[in-house]
Amino acid sequence: MRSPEAAVSDAEPEVRERLRGLLDAYDPAGTAREDFLRARFDAGLAWVHFPPGLGGLGAPRALQALVESELAAAGAPDNDPRRIGIGLGMAAPTILRYGTEEQKQRFLRPLWTGEEVWCQLFSEPGAGSDLAALATRAVRDGDGWRVDGQKVWTSGAHTARWAILIARTDPGVPKHQGITYFVCDMTDPGVEVRPLRQITGEAEFNEVFLTGVRIPDAHRLGGVGEGWQVAQTTLNNERVAIGGQAMPREGGLTGIVAATWRERPELRTHELHQRLLKLWVDAEVTRLAGERLRQQLAVGQPGPEGAAMKLAFARLAQELSGLEVELLGEEGLGYDDWTLRRPELVDFNGREAGYRYLRAKGNSIEGGTSEILRNIIAERVLGLPGEPRTDKDLPWKELPR
Amino acid sequence: MSAPDLLHSEIEEELRASVRALLTDRCPPSAVLERCEGPRPYDPALWRALADELGVAGLHVPEEYGGAGASLRESAVVLEELGRRVAPVPFLGSAVLAGVLLLAACPQDALLPQVAGGALTATVAVPLSTAPGAGFPAAVTAGAGATLSGRVTSVADALDAGLLLVPAVGPDGPALYAVEAGAAGLGVVRRTSLDLTRPLADVTLHEVPGRRLAVGEVAERALGQALLTAAGLLASEQLGVAEWCLAATVEYLKERRQFARRLGSFQALKHRLADLWLETVGARAAARYAADTLARGGPDAEVAVALAQAHCAAVAVRAAEECVQLHGGIGMTWEHPAHLYLKRAKADQIALGTPGHHRAALARLVDLPGPVG
Repeated sequence: MRSPEAAVSDAEPEVRERLRGLLDAYDPAGTAREDFLRARFDAGLAWVHFPPGLGGLGAPRALQALVESELAAAGAPDNDPRRIGIGLGMAAPTILRYGTEEQKQRFLRPLWTGEEVWCQLFSEPGAGSDLAALATRAVRDGDGWRVDGQKVWTSGAHTARWAILIARTDPGVPKHQGITYFVCDMTDPGVEVRPLRQITGEAEFNEVFLTGVRIPDAHRLGGVGEGWQVAQTTLNNERVAIGGQAMPREGGLTGIVAATWRERPELRTHELHQRLLKLWVDAEVTRLAGERLRQQLAVGQPGPEGAAMKLAFARLAQELSGLEVELLGEEGLGYDDWTLRRPELVDFNGREAGYRYLRAKGNSIEGGTSEILRNIIAERVLGLPGEPRTDKDLPWKELPR
Repeated sequence: MSAPDLLHSEIEEELRASVRALLTDRCPPSAVLERCEGPRPYDPALWRALADELGVAGLHVPEEYGGAGASLRESAVVLEELGRRVAPVPFLGSAVLAGVLLLAACPQDALLPQVAGGALTATVAVPLSTAPGAGFPAAVTAGAGATLSGRVTSVADALDAGLLLVPAVGPDGPALYAVEAGAAGLGVVRRTSLDLTRPLADVTLHEVPGRRLAVGEVAERALGQALLTAAGLLASEQLGVAEWCLAATVEYLKERRQFARRLGSFQALKHRLADLWLETVGARAAARYAADTLARGGPDAEVAVALAQAHCAAVAVRAAEECVQLHGGIGMTWEHPAHLYLKRAKADQIALGTPGHHRAALARLVDLPGPVG
């Protein structure tokens, strides 16, 4: 097998050639944003590790950074990745792996250009960490399915065109076996989205009520009853998406706290200094570990190791944001605004220290709680035995609720 | 600046496999314990085999100076494996401290090929607790005619060393001297050390004849480079210690039954091991970054070393402490090797600067100063 380094240098000339071709044909200054993004997708420069014809070149993932920096330098528009994070980070890799040719052709291009926003209908009021216990039902209805149930913690449901959805198609088998994975049309009249206000005061999440929602069988991803396996791809990618972004030293929250420390000597104490230095070390070590993981992943799918980065990221974000509020002293007593808002995108490091502190509390819950991630690491990475369980082999309908 | 390579190359993995096979064959835990209790804690036959068969004594030294012409990245891999076995060989003192010092101070000297080839075992006469960036040591003074007098305590890898490289302050300022084992007026006395597998010695010098190798800024820089490199590579040893402790604990908890269950199925224990694993993931990245940056002579070396020491030292200690605790009663015994790792980890925490020292260094290096006044 060729080494990753060799694969990168083999593919680099073609990537550069295509960049030149794209920029020659579509001058960023004189091209509408949407047209440029579509052309970029068609040139295979959307996500270079995707296959040709689907926005990629089958090239090593490591070359994506080259594409981004060259296009940014040329003043090209981007696809505003923070607005379409669920589509890019979770729906796309799942569609790529389990979708039919028709589904890939239909969904990936507008997903990547941001013309169609995606959300995720997974969690339910009765199925959080125990996601496989979900109760939303999908019943055969002619050449499609009829879906009824309630989903929760759905970010972006109010702007989404499509959703990835898991629902129970067979209540008579054990819970992991009776689930099927669908693409749900968010404009269906049976879909009702209600804002869910959170501890920051804003409502970035929603409750989604599904009442007689029609889904054609052509929008099923993977086999009937195989939804749990398909969802693993989504969840592994979600954890990488939450904890896995490449960043420079002092990127993110670390840089914000360090800047306050440097600019405000009057706030410094010896005790905070020691804590800050420890957190700086933790943050830089975690950044390097993420970098190392990305080097390992330069080819292939993220495995359970993605859980590690998400776990580390959540702890760091909470400790750093807590330290920041404390460092600010009297200023830390204030808060910018409790008004109910519905943000278009979520920036963990946005607004003020108080917001950052409160928003970080979600980091150890969303995308798998830190407790579940520790179980995943213990069982799938370290190979420790599972806890004795009574819920794995019983048909779902016989589980106590 | 090119991106750091944080992975292990195929060649490095091959080296690891060779070192591991040799250690598995010749350095079982029972033998380590038995040897450390005897009069000669070092295993000269094992060191010979490592040097002759795998060239580890001068891995990072260019071939023109009698080394293997590899890099400090490979030396770091060797330290990972030696840490995993708490192997009683003088690699840190001879191959790292002395090798780097000679290469930096006097590469043309005839001593370098001897040390790099493994024919001569050497160490640098400083307390193991000396941190990089500390002032030039003044424990030894050089008189006229390069005769050395003074006392240096807690020197690692000095027992059985054929050559001591002694920093001393002489008529022309700081300088480095070569002193042969057995020289008149030289005393090397073993200390009872916390770490059984890396014995320490106190070195006394009474007008000992030495040969001056370097003086002034060259001597200061060479000693600084040796200490910085050793501190950075020690992180790889700490990684090896932590990985062994984690693996041994996981294996034990998979087998041990209490309450009619395997202990590893209890969530309270699984979560502790998951957290420890996460810390070792960080340690691996930090140790690799330090080795890679030192190997490339990158401008970020001081930060990389301080970062690796601030993190890896604590991870090794925690892994060894968890190893003892989660083994229960057996972990507290002399017979089980867990204590060898705990003692190594705790001593390594002090070696070449404590985590607190390295965090203070970082405060200066990355501009996060303490309170004013």
